[in-house]
Amino acid sequence: MKILIVEDEQDMREGMVQSLEQELYIVETAADYDSALEKIGIYEYDCILLDIGLPGGNGLDLLRALKKEEKGSGVIIVSAKESIDDKVMGLNEGADDYLAKPFHMAELHARVKSVIRRKIQNGSTKITVENVVIDPDDRTVTIAGQPLDLNRKEYDILAYLVTNRGRLVTKTALAEHVWGDAIDEVGSFDFIYSQIKNLRKKLKDSGAQIEIQAVYGIGYKLSEA
Amino acid sequence: MKVLNYTTSYLAVVLLLLISIWATIFYYAMLDEIYDSIDDGLDNQKGLIIQKAAFDSTVFNRQQFDEGDYAIQEMSAQGALHFREQYIDTLMYMQNEKEYEPVRMLKTVFRHQNKYYGMQIITSMVEEDDLISELFYALLWLYGGLLISILMVNNFLLKRIWKPFYHLLNQLKNFRLEKGFNITMEKTNIDEFRLLQQTVQQLLQHNIDTYTSQKHFIENASHELQTPLAISINKLEALAESPTLTEKDLSLLGSTLQNLERLTRLNKSLLLLSRIENKQFGQTEAVDMGALVQKAADDWAEQLVFYNIELKINAPETLIVNMNPDLAAILVNNLVKNSIVHNGKGGLVHIMVNKQLLVIENSGNKKPLDEKTLFTRFNAGTSGTSTGLGLAIVKAIADLYHFSIRYTYAQKHTFTIYF
Repeated sequence: MKILIVEDEQDMREGMVQSLEQELYIVETAADYDSALEKIGIYEYDCILLDIGLPGGNGLDLLRALKKEEKGSGVIIVSAKESIDDKVMGLNEGADDYLAKPFHMAELHARVKSVIRRKIQNGSTKITVENVVIDPDDRTVTIAGQPLDLNRKEYDILAYLVTNRGRLVTKTALAEHVWGDAIDEVGSFDFIYSQIKNLRKKLKDSGAQIEIQAVYGIGYKLSEA
Repeated sequence: MKVLNYTTSYLAVVLLLLISIWATIFYYAMLDEIYDSIDDGLDNQKGLIIQKAAFDSTVFNRQQFDEGDYAIQEMSAQGALHFREQYIDTLMYMQNEKEYEPVRMLKTVFRHQNKYYGMQIITSMVEEDDLISELFYALLWLYGGLLISILMVNNFLLKRIWKPFYHLLNQLKNFRLEKGFNITMEKTNIDEFRLLQQTVQQLLQHNIDTYTSQKHFIENASHELQTPLAISINKLEALAESPTLTEKDLSLLGSTLQNLERLTRLNKSLLLLSRIENKQFGQTEAVDMGALVQKAADDWAEQLVFYNIELKINAPETLIVNMNPDLAAILVNNLVKNSIVHNGKGGLVHIMVNKQLLVIENSGNKKPLDEKTLFTRFNAGTSGTSTGLGLAIVKAIADLYHFSIRYTYAQKHTFTIYF
């Protein structure tokens, strides 16, 4: 899987590269409009992370150029300008997703995986970890062939942790992903703990070979049992 | 008191004083003139009588006034030579009026055929009290007439002159800095008003410029903060994945992350506020508020359980509002969140929706909140991880669509929005 990161902020770019390389993607970068245009013209990418405000041009123009060449890359707009216009325009121009800065790396991974799954693998791939199989299309989970009964939020939590398996997912990232941005002003995220507790119990009772570990004070990590 | 009436009241006092002084002077001048004219008449009459006496001796028979207006008595040469002619005011009984009336009398002497005669000639006088009262009433009418005409002039003329001023005043009364510049000026030929209009216009423009630049500053600052915040959070997240960290390290990292995330939320809220105020939320559509409330309740279900808060929704009617769906969701969500976050364990939230309004009640602190500062930024009991902007955002959205929002307290905190 090849990913192109178009981002002018060096630290931001490096952080994303580092994090995505851990997932064994091949990551390339472009720091300005011209070099991005050049790379898009020459190479094929599975997913492009596109900043809107670039030195030398606008990310939306890159998006148009990309669509004109009819390359099958998935495009996620990553913008600090959290304006509705950018989002609406980007999605209208054919971007697959929109991610506002600042974002959590866990969220970036989830979005990248989702775009790649939809664009490249035609959305048919189930995610398998040990004896747990998640089908994102039907939103169902089976453990050792047996369906696991989860409510909507439990499913979202599990799917998110599975997508980011082996990585630390902060409580905030999890809460924002599952409950939406609206949740962001809650006094504390302690309530997540009881959700995790329920989920752990269900996984354990069904004999799942994965477990959710708490990372002290920060969040959770899914690992093989 | 309006400036028109104010000047009129001053004018009334000044006029009263002026007219009184003028009346006194006028009265004496008049009286003087009258005496002058009467005395001339008496003098003339004296000449006529002396002429008549030269050939008509019956004149000397008039020793009393009786029906005539003069009386003549013979007098000694000694007395006559020392006599000084004089005009005096005296009283005489008048047959017709049946009372003593003032008369003017000329006492004089003349010589006729070496005899000396004293003569008194009278003529009826102006009755001073009548003159005074006549004058008084005349002046009263004048005074009244003046005041009425001044009032009328004020009302018709001055009102027209002051119209641009009141127009400007009314505009200023309705002027809101955040709503931008829409003051219109009425044309006027009066320099002072023109100057006032120019000055006000400049002042407003200056304020608007300052306000706009401050707003832009906040927006730009918020925008510019996004990237460094993103970098910091992402790097800390990467650091947290390092296997060599101790629990203590993780706890430090965790709290640093939480604070950065709080800063991010704050930033996002500020950006949201300025986007609302800049009317950057476009298309409106019919939004079902009841459905939004239900969705918010679902979103918050876990917190409700966690905090042991009972939520009751009572929606007998459907409330459809034309507004931007994102803002509608933020509006409802912020109010619901507010009622949960600022509630105690085991509390109660009661939401009611009908055709026109949305009511959200919650138990919570047994103390009413300050209505004045409740909806201002960073003022609503900013505590813990709350940004203190939730209700300010609610207010901004309500203002944008001209909904009215009210807070009341009667054992419960109640927020009511009238759509």
